[in-house]
Amino acid sequence: MIALLKRDLTLAFRAGGGFGLGLAFFLIVTVLVPFSVGPQSSLLSTIAPGGLWLGALLACLLSLDRLLALDWEDGSLDLLATAPLPLESVVTIKALAHWITTGLPLVLAAPVLGVLLNLPVPGFFWLVVSLAIGTPALSVLGTFGAALTVGLKRGGLLLSLLVLPLYVPTLIFGAEVARRGATGMETATPLLMLAGITAATIALLPFASAAVLRVNLR
Amino acid sequence: MTLTVTDLSITRGGVPVLEGLDFELEPGKALILRGPNGIGKTTLLRTLAGLQPPLAGTIAGAEDTVAYAGHSDGLKPTLSVVENLRFWASVFGARDIQAALDAYGLNDLAERHAGNLSAGQKRRLGLSRLLVTGRPIWMLDEPTVSLDRNAVAMFADAVRRHLGQGGSALIATHIDLGLDGEVLDVGPYKAKPQPIDDFDGGFL
Repeated sequence: MIALLKRDLTLAFRAGGGFGLGLAFFLIVTVLVPFSVGPQSSLLSTIAPGGLWLGALLACLLSLDRLLALDWEDGSLDLLATAPLPLESVVTIKALAHWITTGLPLVLAAPVLGVLLNLPVPGFFWLVVSLAIGTPALSVLGTFGAALTVGLKRGGLLLSLLVLPLYVPTLIFGAEVARRGATGMETATPLLMLAGITAATIALLPFASAAVLRVNLR
Repeated sequence: MTLTVTDLSITRGGVPVLEGLDFELEPGKALILRGPNGIGKTTLLRTLAGLQPPLAGTIAGAEDTVAYAGHSDGLKPTLSVVENLRFWASVFGARDIQAALDAYGLNDLAERHAGNLSAGQKRRLGLSRLLVTGRPIWMLDEPTVSLDRNAVAMFADAVRRHLGQGGSALIATHIDLGLDGEVLDVGPYKAKPQPIDDFDGGFL
């Protein structure tokens, strides 16, 4: 399992691995928001938490179609399925590798980009906390979508259509934590909901992902 | 570990391709799988490797004993030969990859990226993976594609050594490898005549 994680991370950091793609996308989206809504700093700071969360979510979506498709194309998915690793752990490791290469950089970059959107000072801490808790769910849900569409030509678009509705609860509660944090309100309730969603997806979805992957490998 | 297949029927894309297949693969034996294109050789190998369920029949002795090598080699172009092989070795819990490199003459290519290898060299690397799996039963689907005569001899030697150590192999191939294995010739599936469908007539 550690070997698989190490290989996936090495592949992501090597040339053409797509590391930094999500981060660059997040940066560009965040830079574009002030251009589109205008320079009023009060309006910007109102939409900053939601805008940053939406940007992070779309950046997560960007690299999902490569998550399992590359392994499927070169045959390693077949070989992994016949290896002594359970498929459930394979998809969990894949999701973890996706989070480390996509989600974690977003969490770390969010405070810097918060400055661009004039995020109120108390909001920085809650933005980072909500992203750190919420993005693992995005990776796990995305892995499920990738498992559903593996082997389909042009599966990337279908993948986005399937996964975006599943991202809604995470987006609602994640952005709510950041918004309440920015306005100095109590954040416990949405934070607990967000953590609950993440815990449930991590606990349940690997089984669903492995099951659909088995069907798709036939 | 003897692989026993009884009354096996398999499907490809919902169409039954082979049915009523019975054979036994004992340790130290090789079985050469022959048959025309589209007869279901690949499907049979994938079924035995556990990648798809059989339509009917039983497979005994294939649990965690099968190493499968299909049409693609499962190589990552941005990893070097050694990194590719070491990854599969650690997935299967093996440490030593030197024997596998030696068996297919890959020592000179060890640090080369797999993406820069020729088709035959990639194939040799893909086949060397079987040696690090430590699994006793090899399922090989057209293993000699794009191999030159020299590499085919390396492959035949590797199979012979594997059989000598009590392993077994089921090989779908159309060339003569010089192995003294039995030949399993799978004949065409004899389609039953379709019942005459009077769907339209039911409405009249």
